[in-house]
Amino acid sequence: MAEAEESPGDPGTASPRPLMRDLKAVGKKFMHVLYPRKSNTLLRDWDLWGPLILCVTLALMLQRDSADSEKDGGPQFAEVFVIVWFGAVTITLNSKLLGGNISFFQSLCVLGYCILPLTVAMLICRLVLLAGPGPVNFMVRLFVVIVMFAWSIVASTAFLADSQPPNRRALAVYPVFLFYFVISWMILTFTPQ
Amino acid sequence: MAAVDDLQFEEFGDAATSVAANPDATTVSIEDPGETPKHQTGALRGSGREEDDELLGNDDSDKTELLAGQKKSSPFWTFEYYQTFFDVDTYQVFDRIKGSLLPIPGKNFVRLYIRSNPDLYGPFWICATLVFAIAISGNLSNFLIHLGEKTYHYVPEFRKVSIAATIIYAYAWLVPFALWGFLMWRNSKVMNIVSYSFLEIVCVYGYSLFIYIPTAILWIIPQKAVRWILVMIALGISGSVLAMTFWPAVREDNRRVALATVMTIVLLHMLLSVGCLVSFSGEHVLLSQISPD
Repeated sequence: MAEAEESPGDPGTASPRPLMRDLKAVGKKFMHVLYPRKSNTLLRDWDLWGPLILCVTLALMLQRDSADSEKDGGPQFAEVFVIVWFGAVTITLNSKLLGGNISFFQSLCVLGYCILPLTVAMLICRLVLLAGPGPVNFMVRLFVVIVMFAWSIVASTAFLADSQPPNRRALAVYPVFLFYFVISWMILTFTPQ
Repeated sequence: MAAVDDLQFEEFGDAATSVAANPDATTVSIEDPGETPKHQTGALRGSGREEDDELLGNDDSDKTELLAGQKKSSPFWTFEYYQTFFDVDTYQVFDRIKGSLLPIPGKNFVRLYIRSNPDLYGPFWICATLVFAIAISGNLSNFLIHLGEKTYHYVPEFRKVSIAATIIYAYAWLVPFALWGFLMWRNSKVMNIVSYSFLEIVCVYGYSLFIYIPTAILWIIPQKAVRWILVMIALGISGSVLAMTFWPAVREDNRRVALATVMTIVLLHMLLSVGCLVSFSGEHVLLSQISPD
């Protein structure tokens, strides 16, 4: 995909250039999520690379070792993937059915990008867990997950709230809350072998 | 206002004859300003209700039943058709939830709150929340029961979510379907004044499950007696909402059939509650046999 395009205004550009442009766009959106302001960047130039990267990272970190896969344990890679994408699609459908004027992919883009704080929380949790289990360990993880959960909600609401008529805003935001709550729960209850 | 009633009846006549005359002139949502002041029970009418429903002038459940087939103006393969099921505002959803928590004898949930605007938002998201509430609090209560036991290895029990989801969504859709079929069949034998459309039944069942969400959260408390009391309370409230909704629909019928129907509704509800409770605390019973090793 990157090879086929050439950036306009730059005749004779080498093919890696559009890839860098895409990566920069993704990085810019990450920044927008980390410092949520009311801006249209996420909505205007939506892309699904960022959500894909985040989802894969999260699923890789959440999956258990293969020795444990028979027992009723945590989610497997595919399960996390399915939950994230299925959840995002459901929320998007819900938002559109309620009469929101956001397009399908824009909504998926926003929901996917706003998983970034929770992915960071997962990273921190894994690092903290290396120090060994214990109540202090748990409290630290709980605190980190709660903060990141709140961050995700604030970020996604900043982008999504305007697309709904005001008398239905709460109806559209509640599923987002549920979605990030479930992901936070999966992160918090992650126990390594 | 008598004038409004006259207007309503006139609209009903005109629209019905015009629809009968031109069956394929599907009345798409043309907002005729003269027809919009529909002061039936006024305030609860959402702003988006401007399809056939306005023109055909049905505001009672009985008229809804007659015209249920013509309510949705868009064909079922368009997106707009499904949007009509989500035509609710925030305060309407809250009102309906409140209505399901406070069953007042004589007040019919469907009549009072749904008023021929059934929505799928409430049932769907209440069921989703309930699934996760049961799975998460089941997990938490297991963890708390075994806190401090050296041999207990915490597992998130992710499979429980899929099982809970299947059971709850099946209950929320199949039981209303069966009930609707049964009521339709009885309707063909005994003319009932009150009858409900399929979506209204799904709506009632969905909202009646709301009480189980705080119940599931409170089930974290590991006392058996507390759990049973909570289940009884939840069953009492939601069971009575259901019973009071469906009693008017079967009242005209043979006494025994009517009673049997209502009893079956309550019994199925009881099965769901007790089943959830047993599966919830069943794990801990199993584990307590394994753990002292």
